[in-house]
Amino acid sequence: MINEIIRNIIRFILLVLVQVLIIKNIELGRFINPFLYVLFIIVLPFETPKWLLLTSAFLLGISIDMFYDTAGMHAAATVFMAYIRPGVLKLFSPRDGYEFGTQPTIQYLGIPWFLSYAGILISLHHLVLFYIEIFRFSEFFSTFFRVIVSSIFTILLVVVTQYLFNRKAEQ
Amino acid sequence: MRNLVIFIWKHNFFFLFLIIETICMYLVVQNNYYQRASFINSSNTVSTSVLQTSAAIEEYFYLKSENENLAKENAELRSQLLASQFISSNKYDSVHKPALRQKYIYTEAKVVNNSTSRRNNFLTLNKGTSNGIKENMAVITSTGVVGQVQEVSENFCTVMSLLHSKTTISAKIKKDGSYGPLVWNGEGFDYATLNDIPTHVKLAAGDSIVTSPYSLTFPENIMIGTVESFQREAGKYFYTVKVKLSTDFKKLTHVYVVTNIFKEEQNALEEKTIKENKD
Repeated sequence: MINEIIRNIIRFILLVLVQVLIIKNIELGRFINPFLYVLFIIVLPFETPKWLLLTSAFLLGISIDMFYDTAGMHAAATVFMAYIRPGVLKLFSPRDGYEFGTQPTIQYLGIPWFLSYAGILISLHHLVLFYIEIFRFSEFFSTFFRVIVSSIFTILLVVVTQYLFNRKAEQ
Repeated sequence: MRNLVIFIWKHNFFFLFLIIETICMYLVVQNNYYQRASFINSSNTVSTSVLQTSAAIEEYFYLKSENENLAKENAELRSQLLASQFISSNKYDSVHKPALRQKYIYTEAKVVNNSTSRRNNFLTLNKGTSNGIKENMAVITSTGVVGQVQEVSENFCTVMSLLHSKTTISAKIKKDGSYGPLVWNGEGFDYATLNDIPTHVKLAAGDSIVTSPYSLTFPENIMIGTVESFQREAGKYFYTVKVKLSTDFKKLTHVYVVTNIFKEEQNALEEKTIKENKD
């Protein structure tokens, strides 16, 4: 249990650093802004208390905001994503519920399950984020295009990160 | 009352979500509309120390092109020195001596954080109130306009880049002086749009666009870019000009912050005039 908490804290710090020091500086064009840091919310254990889910999402968003100069935007989107997470988990739950001690990752539940679960969370996060950033409807379609393209890149990054770092746990 | 408490407790997840989301939206709106100094921006201590280290490493990659730019600028400045000019008139006495006074002061600053891929882009510079930087000062580089100072802390300031949805710069066509507002519609980090150029102006691709003399912030004749293409909007007597920006916003490392010494005086006078004419 304690182990799990420490693991998540380290993951939190690493993801924030990777996001603001590496991904922020990789510019793939005007429409592509991947946000890998949401992986933290996606792979939190099933048993995480709901209040902790929201507060950690808020802390994560605010830490990203500090570096992106976007006071509150990332926090708002991440908290929204954390809020809908239990609902999405319920929607995709296997018939007898999730096994105790497992995590919402590819290695426990497989690629198709993970893609639909993470896909929904990431697209909604990006949707909220980009529309708060633009704060008006005059660029509705170009923003929507940004949401779609960026979501695809974030999902790719999330899946690749999963494969890179969870292999060790399997052995 | 008891029922209300039970109801809230039953749906605590939803209410906690509402509270946190309200805090977030408050931060967003406050920051968007009033552009107030907010503690969650990149001029606070934690993020600047990290970003400064990162910028210090990054600087080496642009060393060569930066040196070339500085050398070019040095040469240009050298040619403007009084010593390198020729006095053609013989009437150089106390009557005809030009009474020159300093109007602009340039402060050199280093870019420690920069963005170009978002809709609203910002830079962070390593100069702040302790170096005499104030809000709304102009920021330029040897190749052209960069933006306007937005927030200032003791040792840092953030700059609203030209690549920002709320940027408007008064620009003119260099060859004939007709002017209009230059805005950035998110067309990519190397293009901007100049509006309201009357159709009788004979434009050609490659014409220089510079800052107009009507700006309180920017000195006159600072390069902005060149005409890439232009078109007349249906039913209007104005051209919309696509401008290729002369500054490469992806490679900014050293910039100058420009102080206009007469800004406050001029501003106060103009405001007084407007006020008096209102009644």
